[in-house]
Amino acid sequence: MAKTRPRVARRVQTLRPSGIRRFFELVERMPEAISLGIGEPDFITPWRVREAGIYSLERGHTHYTPNRGIGPLLQEIAQYLDRRFGVSYDPDTELVVTVGGSEAIDVALRTVLEPNDGVLIPQPCFVSYVPCAVLAGGRALQVSTSVEHDFQVQVDDLAEAYDEGTRALLISYPSNPTGAVMPRAGMEALVEFAADRDMLIISDEIYAELTYDGAHCSAAATPVGRQRTILVGGFSKAWAMTGWRLGFAAGPADIIEAMVKVHSYAVMCSPTTAQEAAIEALRGCDEEIDQMRREYNQRRRVMLNRLNEMGLSCFEPKGAFYAFPSVSATGLTSEQFAERLLEEEKVAVVPGTAFGPSGEGFVRCSYATSMPLIEEAMLRMAGFVSRVGG
Amino acid sequence: MEEILQLLSEDARLTDAQIAERTGISEAEAKDAVAKLEKDKVIRRYKTVIDWERAGIEHVFGFIEVRCAPERGVGFDAVAERIMEFPEVHSLYLMSGAYDFLVVIQGGNMRDVAYFVAEKLAPLDHVVGTATHFVLRRYKVDGDVMVERAQAKRLPVTP
Ligand SMILES: Cc1ncc(COP(=O)(O)O)c(C=O)c1O
Repeated sequence: MAKTRPRVARRVQTLRPSGIRRFFELVERMPEAISLGIGEPDFITPWRVREAGIYSLERGHTHYTPNRGIGPLLQEIAQYLDRRFGVSYDPDTELVVTVGGSEAIDVALRTVLEPNDGVLIPQPCFVSYVPCAVLAGGRALQVSTSVEHDFQVQVDDLAEAYDEGTRALLISYPSNPTGAVMPRAGMEALVEFAADRDMLIISDEIYAELTYDGAHCSAAATPVGRQRTILVGGFSKAWAMTGWRLGFAAGPADIIEAMVKVHSYAVMCSPTTAQEAAIEALRGCDEEIDQMRREYNQRRRVMLNRLNEMGLSCFEPKGAFYAFPSVSATGLTSEQFAERLLEEEKVAVVPGTAFGPSGEGFVRCSYATSMPLIEEAMLRMAGFVSRVGG
Repeated sequence: MEEILQLLSEDARLTDAQIAERTGISEAEAKDAVAKLEKDKVIRRYKTVIDWERAGIEHVFGFIEVRCAPERGVGFDAVAERIMEFPEVHSLYLMSGAYDFLVVIQGGNMRDVAYFVAEKLAPLDHVVGTATHFVLRRYKVDGDVMVERAQAKRLPVTP
């Protein structure tokens, strides 16, 4: 009789289950808890965008689109990137519309990595980076960032983790989970580091619209950066379109053409309804985005004040919609803090360790939740901290 | 300034401290800014959005189109002043198009509104015609949705 072989590939078996998943199950059993653990906007997609999606369906636009995406959307994305971030791309050859920023990250890694190529990944970071790098056959070279540097990755630390087989640097500013941003000077240093070693940069700029202290600086903003950067963006955050599953990648034509190939074999094309709705998102939503950004900023200030007042020191997050306070004053680990806070005060935050080892000692608090809930959660959290001793 | 107005237009009960915290200014600055807005009559007053129906208190709204023939030397403003003095008049607008004024009347019941139009509005000098429309249901009023709708749900924890 033939020996039975493992039915799941070793590479997949060895992927660590997401730290979010375990916590999800705890919170799910407690429906009355206030959750600051949600990584998506509490706003609903602006009506004009939903309406455009409905209209698309009404007209019977239910078929595949070209692999790369529909022309008018590609044009709008190109104009948008130019208008907002001063980076220009040819819609016909340098853009691809993807199934969320998530797919763009996956496809980018699969497109550029040779087996065992290293990918420098500053962490704490979004949960998909390391698994996607591994699934693409690469080696994830994790580089810690620290609160001393406002969670901005340092070139020295990158240089230390770098080896000859390193192909790419995967960065994301504004950052999930820390809320860190990367100012122009720092971004230029990263670009120079990559250029000196002929590395590619995959820059996940999905939170680019959500900055609260100066404009976002894209990794592709300089000519040197542009020629080696795959810029990932998407509609999930600023347009509150998580469920539509729509994002994009922009980059040099040779790489994007290759990404379109991978994308076409993986998913054919992005959802048609979402693509047509996204045209309206780019054409008509500046005011809605301003309004949401303003409200996030108000919540950000309130949360930051309250965290610092209760004795959880928190550096000022200048982007995305997360605060990342230190819980070390309580003497608890991230996981203990999150679990006990949930048990005792029914407030959910995510342990920093869910985003990488250097998240230890921190928790992620999302302010993509209404102001009254944030205020109530902060009250409960303050009670908890004073009880355990902050 | 605009941000303060926006905050207060959403929630008039915000304290100076709350306004300060949300907008990133000091409490004294917030207090001064609000005082100035009040003094300049940018903020005219603070009031409450009430769902009368839910309170079980009947209110009927009539939208009355009014056509006028203002005389030489007596503009629309003079007519408007006569109309808006009536306490039944909830809102009054001068319009472009097929009629001149849109008068919103708030009354206890339909009879009150009909009576007001027949006895007070129609006989006014310069008013040459009216058309009365009664409101059957208020869905959204001054930016506030008045009907209950299920809240969209999010997963409790996501990356
Ligand atoms: C940093 C970061 N990148 C990418 C994504 C994925 O977004 P999308 O919905 O576009 O796939 C997220 C979502 O939480 C994120 O936080």
